[in-house]
Amino acid sequence: MRYNLPLFPPQASTVAPQVDALYYFLVAVSAFFIVLIFSLVIYFATKYRRSAPRRAAAVPHDNPRLELLWTLVPLGLTMVMFSWGASLYFDLRQPPADALEIYVLGKQWMWILQHPSGKREINELHVPRGRPVKLTMTSEDVIHSFFIPAFRIKMDVVPGRYTTAWFEATQPGEYHLFCTEYCGTKHSEMIGRVVVMEPVHYQHWLDGSRASTTGSRSSLEVRGAALFEELRCATCHKATLPGVMLGPSLVGLFGRPVQLQNGETVIADEAYIRESILNPAAKLVAGYQPLMPTYRGQVSEEGLVQLISYIRSLGEANEMRAER
Amino acid sequence: MIPHTSTAIVAAGEDVVSPAVSREHYLNVRYGVRSWLLTTDHKRIAWLYLVSISLFFFLGGGFAVLIRLELMTPAGDLVLAETYNKLFTMHGLIMIFFFLVPSIPAVLGNFLIPLMIGARDLAFPRLNLASWYIYTAGGLFTLWAIVAGGVDTGWTFYTPYSSTYANSHVILTALGVFITGFSSILTGLNFIVTIHTMRAPGLTWFRLPLFIWAHYATSLIMILGTPVLAMAILLVGLERLFKIGIFDPALGGDPLLFQHLFWFYSHPAVYIMVLPAMGVISELITCFSRKRIFGYSFIAFSSVAIAVLGFLVWGHHMFVSSQSVYAGMIFSFLSMLVAIPSAVKVFNWTATLYRGSVSYHTPMLYALGFIGLFTIGGLTGLFLASLGLDVHVHDTYFVVAHFHYIMVGGAIMAYLGGLHFWWPKMTGRMYPEGWARLAALILFVGFNLTFFPQFVLGYLGMPRRYHAYPEEFQILNVMSTAGASILGVGYLIPMIYLVWSLRYGAIATANPWQATGLEWTTPSPPPTNNFSRTPLVTREAYAYPLQEADGVV
Repeated sequence: MRYNLPLFPPQASTVAPQVDALYYFLVAVSAFFIVLIFSLVIYFATKYRRSAPRRAAAVPHDNPRLELLWTLVPLGLTMVMFSWGASLYFDLRQPPADALEIYVLGKQWMWILQHPSGKREINELHVPRGRPVKLTMTSEDVIHSFFIPAFRIKMDVVPGRYTTAWFEATQPGEYHLFCTEYCGTKHSEMIGRVVVMEPVHYQHWLDGSRASTTGSRSSLEVRGAALFEELRCATCHKATLPGVMLGPSLVGLFGRPVQLQNGETVIADEAYIRESILNPAAKLVAGYQPLMPTYRGQVSEEGLVQLISYIRSLGEANEMRAER
Repeated sequence: MIPHTSTAIVAAGEDVVSPAVSREHYLNVRYGVRSWLLTTDHKRIAWLYLVSISLFFFLGGGFAVLIRLELMTPAGDLVLAETYNKLFTMHGLIMIFFFLVPSIPAVLGNFLIPLMIGARDLAFPRLNLASWYIYTAGGLFTLWAIVAGGVDTGWTFYTPYSSTYANSHVILTALGVFITGFSSILTGLNFIVTIHTMRAPGLTWFRLPLFIWAHYATSLIMILGTPVLAMAILLVGLERLFKIGIFDPALGGDPLLFQHLFWFYSHPAVYIMVLPAMGVISELITCFSRKRIFGYSFIAFSSVAIAVLGFLVWGHHMFVSSQSVYAGMIFSFLSMLVAIPSAVKVFNWTATLYRGSVSYHTPMLYALGFIGLFTIGGLTGLFLASLGLDVHVHDTYFVVAHFHYIMVGGAIMAYLGGLHFWWPKMTGRMYPEGWARLAALILFVGFNLTFFPQFVLGYLGMPRRYHAYPEEFQILNVMSTAGASILGVGYLIPMIYLVWSLRYGAIATANPWQATGLEWTTPSPPPTNNFSRTPLVTREAYAYPLQEADGVV
């Protein structure tokens, strides 16, 4: 048994000190009120303890001013907590645009972490220090939750949808990764570690796996392209320049607004593409017929991530062409 | 035991020890099992509940003992992971649905509401008995599920785990909770009608004891919230049995829908547990400081405010569930607001002590302990309502510590305080004061040692519902387990001396605490019809000091 008594987890991300600052504020406010209430209760209870000759004084039992005071002061303080917490939360839920993308798949009872380069880890995540990392997460079965205490981030990993979280690690080292949504028998074994490395070391670590991949395209995209081929997606969605086809072209699609049949516009992000593969009729693109069959049950969650990576690479390819 | 006859009236002088025992009252008017199981007397039904919830409390407590023993060491070495998961699930289910929700309302509320408002019984006495039978039926289903092998979904039944993946007795347990819910609904209905229609002449709304206001607010939640839980559980059952896609995305459902439905009841349910506790505290503080409550109307309306706002904050259980950022902000804002009426109550209770004449009988020790523990529980609730901070502490031991401060430190302390306070009225006997004070002190120390370290554990990042954990969390877990053993002793002592006092306790007078309130104007224990004459109320509640004329009617 270790006898040291830690009070805080390590501070290893950019948001960790901000969360701790809010925590200190709340601890201070709480300490103030706990000391206030405890001392008043103890003081009154001893000073006015019952002694035979003395009776309770006939003091007023109502005082609207006092009531107003102890309504408004707590109200003011809670509004500070609300705004502070909300602005922090807003930042925590908005990944920076230039973040490194990592896909997280939770299943009973392990974490699969997929790097865009094709490197795939189980219950371990290597990340560089000083670079924002965006996690796009889903679950193959029940709800899990991805929690790194040292980074002060947590987000549920929900089957049937993508959730996101992000962090920027500041301290090289190894940190706990926990599942924090009860997910069945081995819930407490669904743990792992996050290894934060100096960017140079991270690059070395990544290169260790690069040998097997070919060309400039990363492995995830390559596997996605193979799957695209295998499922005959190209019959309707030519992965080349737009033309007259049964389905819309996917070139340059990723991250762009899409006009839907019902007049709405959505951004073609991971969640949209995933939904369009599994439930094509849900958000039909304007000008197309609902001809596409569902691929639910035919593509695994990992396959979906590969397809998304491939489609994403088509968009990036287009941008590069445009730049030239 | 005297055999039951339809006209059994116990002859006076049978027990010559005291005249109070020989007088006819609700306990000795009839004997025999049937006279209890078929009773429609609210006072006897309160006893039926007291016995049943006590059994469930010690069962749920037994599960807690095993949980704490397992967590003494980092490795999961005492029980299997499957078993551990069933232990915390059944601890939660039993303590919440079969102990805390019925505790104060069904025992103290049942016993006291008619007495406090000067009525002969609740509005629907037979419905009241039916509520107990429904509760018992639900309890038996749950016990059956436990004996059959238990359930491992957590008391929260989150989908799709509960609806598709769990291999334990989900349906049976869910049925138990579903059935018990109706008991709660009917009790709430009974209370509301009784409080509206059966108040004694002169007992206007603003002369009611705050205990009544609190139970009125609680009953509203019971009636409006419980059906939503019943529906959510029913849908889980339908999905599990017939593969109807409601929550499981593999069947086209939405797993978050369940969380919305579940917390729409289960957050207000926290107030079902704590509002009656607040009602008890208002009675205790005033009696033992010999003063009228400070800010009567503020305390009364804060109960109603809590009941209303409590329905609008369920989304704060879902800040990291992928609920939208803006929904999170609204729920956070409303959760901050619901803290205000609770704060108002704490300040008013404290102000009531000012220049009072304070005595330290056991119920008052519980009341003072409640103020302290509820303050800590309430303030740590603000940590969880603060969005950016909740992301870190959500689903960790911080949450476990927080809700135990509210439910054990708050609700159970108030329940025990109330039980001691009204024990003379319920039984006609006094409990032994020395032992009772000692037990209250042990409970306070044991409670804090058990749950305070869990706040630190939570901030360090220890997730809840973990069977095994990393080594660095051990020392805090050992502290918590040590505290739990003290807490356990603290619960056993009252169990023993209260049972002892039934036979050997000093005979209680009608008003041993010199308290105001109609329940103290009738003898202890009260006659079956509560009052020989319908009381006439001419003053405000808590008109301390007691006047000479306020003796037994």
